[in-house]
Amino acid sequence: MASRRPDHPATAQIRLDLNGEQTTVAFAPHKTLLEVLREDLGLTGTKHGCELGECGTCTVLLDGRPVLSCLVLGVACDGAEVRTVEGMADGPRLHPLQETFADLGAAQCGYCTPGFLLASKALLAANARPSRDEIKEALAGNLCRCTGYLKIYEAVELAAAKMRGDEAEPSEETLYGRP
Amino acid sequence: MGGRKGRHQVVGTPRRKVDAVSKVTGRTLFADDIALPRMLYGRLLRSTTPHARILRVDTSKARALDGVHAVLTGADFPVPFGILPVSQDEHALCPDRVRFIGDPVAAVAAVSEDVATTALDLIEVTYEPLEPIGTPEQALDTEEPRIHEYGPSGNIHKLIDLEFGDVEDALATADHVREDLFFYGGNTHLAMEQHAAVADWSADGKLTLWSSTQTPHYVHRALARVLELAPSRIRVIATPNGGGFGGKSDPFSHEIVAAKLAMLTGRPVKITLTREEVFYCHRGRHPTLMWVKSGVDRTGRIKGMHFRTLLDGGAYGSYGVASAYYTGALQTVTYQVERYRFQGARVFTNKPPCGPKRGHGTPQPRFALEVHLDKIAEDLDLDPAELRLAHLQPPESLTANYLRIGSMGLGACIRKVVDGAGWKERFRKLPYGRGIGIACSSYLSGAGLPIYWNHMPHSGVQLKLDRGGGITVFCGSTDIGQGSDSILAYIVAEVLGVAVADIAVVTADTALTPVDLGSYSSRVTLMSGNAALQAAERAREILVRHAAAKLDVPAERVGLADGQVFDVENPDVGMTFAEAVQAAEAAEGTIGTVGSYTPPRSPGRYRGAGVGPSPAYSYSAAIAEVEVDPTSGIVVVPRIWIAHDVGTSINPVNVLGQVEGSVYMGLGEALMEEMVYRENRNLVHKIPSMLDYKSPTTLDMCDVVTYLIEDPDPEGPFGAKEVGQGPLLPVPPAIANAVYDAVGVRIDEVPITPEKVLKAIKDCDKGRDGRFGPMRFPDVPWPEPTRVPPPWEGGDGRAAESGAVGAGGVRSSSVSAPPVPAPEERQH
Repeated sequence: MASRRPDHPATAQIRLDLNGEQTTVAFAPHKTLLEVLREDLGLTGTKHGCELGECGTCTVLLDGRPVLSCLVLGVACDGAEVRTVEGMADGPRLHPLQETFADLGAAQCGYCTPGFLLASKALLAANARPSRDEIKEALAGNLCRCTGYLKIYEAVELAAAKMRGDEAEPSEETLYGRP
Repeated sequence: MGGRKGRHQVVGTPRRKVDAVSKVTGRTLFADDIALPRMLYGRLLRSTTPHARILRVDTSKARALDGVHAVLTGADFPVPFGILPVSQDEHALCPDRVRFIGDPVAAVAAVSEDVATTALDLIEVTYEPLEPIGTPEQALDTEEPRIHEYGPSGNIHKLIDLEFGDVEDALATADHVREDLFFYGGNTHLAMEQHAAVADWSADGKLTLWSSTQTPHYVHRALARVLELAPSRIRVIATPNGGGFGGKSDPFSHEIVAAKLAMLTGRPVKITLTREEVFYCHRGRHPTLMWVKSGVDRTGRIKGMHFRTLLDGGAYGSYGVASAYYTGALQTVTYQVERYRFQGARVFTNKPPCGPKRGHGTPQPRFALEVHLDKIAEDLDLDPAELRLAHLQPPESLTANYLRIGSMGLGACIRKVVDGAGWKERFRKLPYGRGIGIACSSYLSGAGLPIYWNHMPHSGVQLKLDRGGGITVFCGSTDIGQGSDSILAYIVAEVLGVAVADIAVVTADTALTPVDLGSYSSRVTLMSGNAALQAAERAREILVRHAAAKLDVPAERVGLADGQVFDVENPDVGMTFAEAVQAAEAAEGTIGTVGSYTPPRSPGRYRGAGVGPSPAYSYSAAIAEVEVDPTSGIVVVPRIWIAHDVGTSINPVNVLGQVEGSVYMGLGEALMEEMVYRENRNLVHKIPSMLDYKSPTTLDMCDVVTYLIEDPDPEGPFGAKEVGQGPLLPVPPAIANAVYDAVGVRIDEVPITPEKVLKAIKDCDKGRDGRFGPMRFPDVPWPEPTRVPPPWEGGDGRAAESGAVGAGGVRSSSVSAPPVPAPEERQH
């Protein structure tokens, strides 16, 4: 994580609602939210793929909206609500998206997964019954090199159904391929 | 419970991977997530010029900067390294010469990345420029300067010439002869995780390195060599890889430099590459020019094939010798090829070095071969699917180049996609602008030989059985997202009749786990799976023996299932798995077993026979549907049907994920992914960013219909073969063939960009041939061929005596007979 402002004397301090917890954090003011999360708050669940806003890997929710945390300055987040992958589960209970991503192999290497989970969470908060095209549109800013995205779509669809309270199981084709 | 007999409890059932929950909760620690107390941050200074002598490196200003703890240059690394024993041509930092933009020249450890970056700016390097070599043609034409002082001559790294039967004679007597030229552009892995390594040195002389590597065993060897330390003092831990695809298979400079910086400073040091650096470290797909000439009979049977490849290797050897052989190795395993000649050349250029990417050296020739066959089918007025089906390499056979084929499900794959896609109703019958194309492929389930010559197993597993009923599996294999940790757990659970959740997996740690050679060549499920199977069967034997004594029944009557060990004829009589372990431990002491796997010996005995053999080959067939806009040249792929012969799916949902991911990567290579360098600006990478290096997003990805063909291979654990790489291979040629079906132009190179399609369409409209592709194969100083008579011409896998076999000397009366070898006894 190379930012080019060495020896900056000042320290910034902000307050966050971080995954439901009131948090105060001090850091060098040139740092991005990504760096503050990973380096100053120890939340390494948020990953970096490019640090230039190109890959979506570092997606977190800022006041409920998915943002690329590598493009947001930490100092701009004072008073904001930040949700990271560490805050998705409800205590020991996984979020339905986490359940379905695990069940369907939507996480292969798992590196892009936190970003996809949060972008998907934001989508389902706004649209409980997204079409396949709406899912593609919502996730178009997140790159995944392992899955070809298909298991991710299926996991989002299955989680959406579960969150609506529908009886939902993955199809035979999703689990075994076409007969 | 007796009713379960013959049915698997774990194998074949979709389930979560053992690390799934840690990945969806963000708890998986990747290399850059590791932070140790007092840790320093390292960075590498990289060459800004593609080819130059280093006259001077002045580090004094950097050393004087506050917060800098150590500075290294090439003088600190006299010992070279490289993944292959024959190409030890890299230095952790360049001592006297840089060979591409990005070659590391100096390194810094500092209190922060910011300070380290500032320090790099203070290092002054004086270069004396040398003529840069930008293209393979230029490399062939340039005797001096040489990029390396080894290789047959000039800037040629490797030349190969292998001939299996008299191909000229086969071409002369064939019903139809066709020759084609193809080019496959270079592309890169683009794993989402950048490479990172953390090194820790303790004052008692022990080094630990955590690294996002696919090959911790080879990194272990390289560190020992370069740092001149005993391997017993070095521990390498491969962290879970955030994607690999072959890009983390070499030992890398940053790993060695981090270790040396830790040794110098006595503090942990982390180096994380930037995305731009990852583009320069590369080791991706070799840009490959190909020429193929085949003689066929009227049914399309290949009587003789002559295949030439020219690989642009970039600046270092890397896996390149193996890559070059692979561009000629697997042409023979899908359809029968009666006689075969392969000539391959790899040359050095002043660009980032190429190496193994998913399919290592085989997607390029597969693209050429499958498009070439499509053209031959059209020449002969044959359906290309039927042509392929008519000449499949038989199961349990030898190929012309002495590869031993076991199970072979390609016929079933072709029939599945042909039915699924409505091939017969649609091929050559869709309206202009829409098309459909077919292609097939095969890939290794692990390389038959290790990278360095030795007689030891390729994979080892240890099992520890706990009195509480838990089992720990130790194996050197590395999970790069493909699920290799899970495979170990599934196989052990299956054999010992326990729940997957009762198994702990410890992998990829050279201090704790027996060697597995690494996650490359699609070897891990088959090899570490077989090692786990053997270890589990040995554990089962111990438990059964003691349970039988306790139950007072013969050992043959003891079954293990559902965490119970019981009399299969009286299932109510038994004990828990934990009680069986306790009985065994009381009788024998601590219970542990080992297992290992070594691939069967390959029948090829000629020089070069080491690349291509595998315990088992997977097969795939794909049909692509395309829509081509003739006004823009834009190709859209709505859907791909793919069937993959995986032998046995140990976890079907994971197998599907590998197939879909392979199709995705093949789609990207076919349509958009390409490493491009500015020839007029010193060979600087044109697009070293994720925005400009185009890879498919959700909006580009096609629908995929996947069929799994299951025909268990006797060599695989529970019959399993590979799936991680093979399904990529048929995708680019299927798309190219579909583009021809749609608009009647041949794009004989990838990526198939709109610019090329449009140019070919305009060319076609002007009455020309409507082809976009390379026009000539340059002259290469090929060596005298190694002549190896194929099995059906009296060959025994050895090269004919030099000079004793002239043209025709190996011909026998059996030439006109179908060269279907008798099924071979499997060696194992």
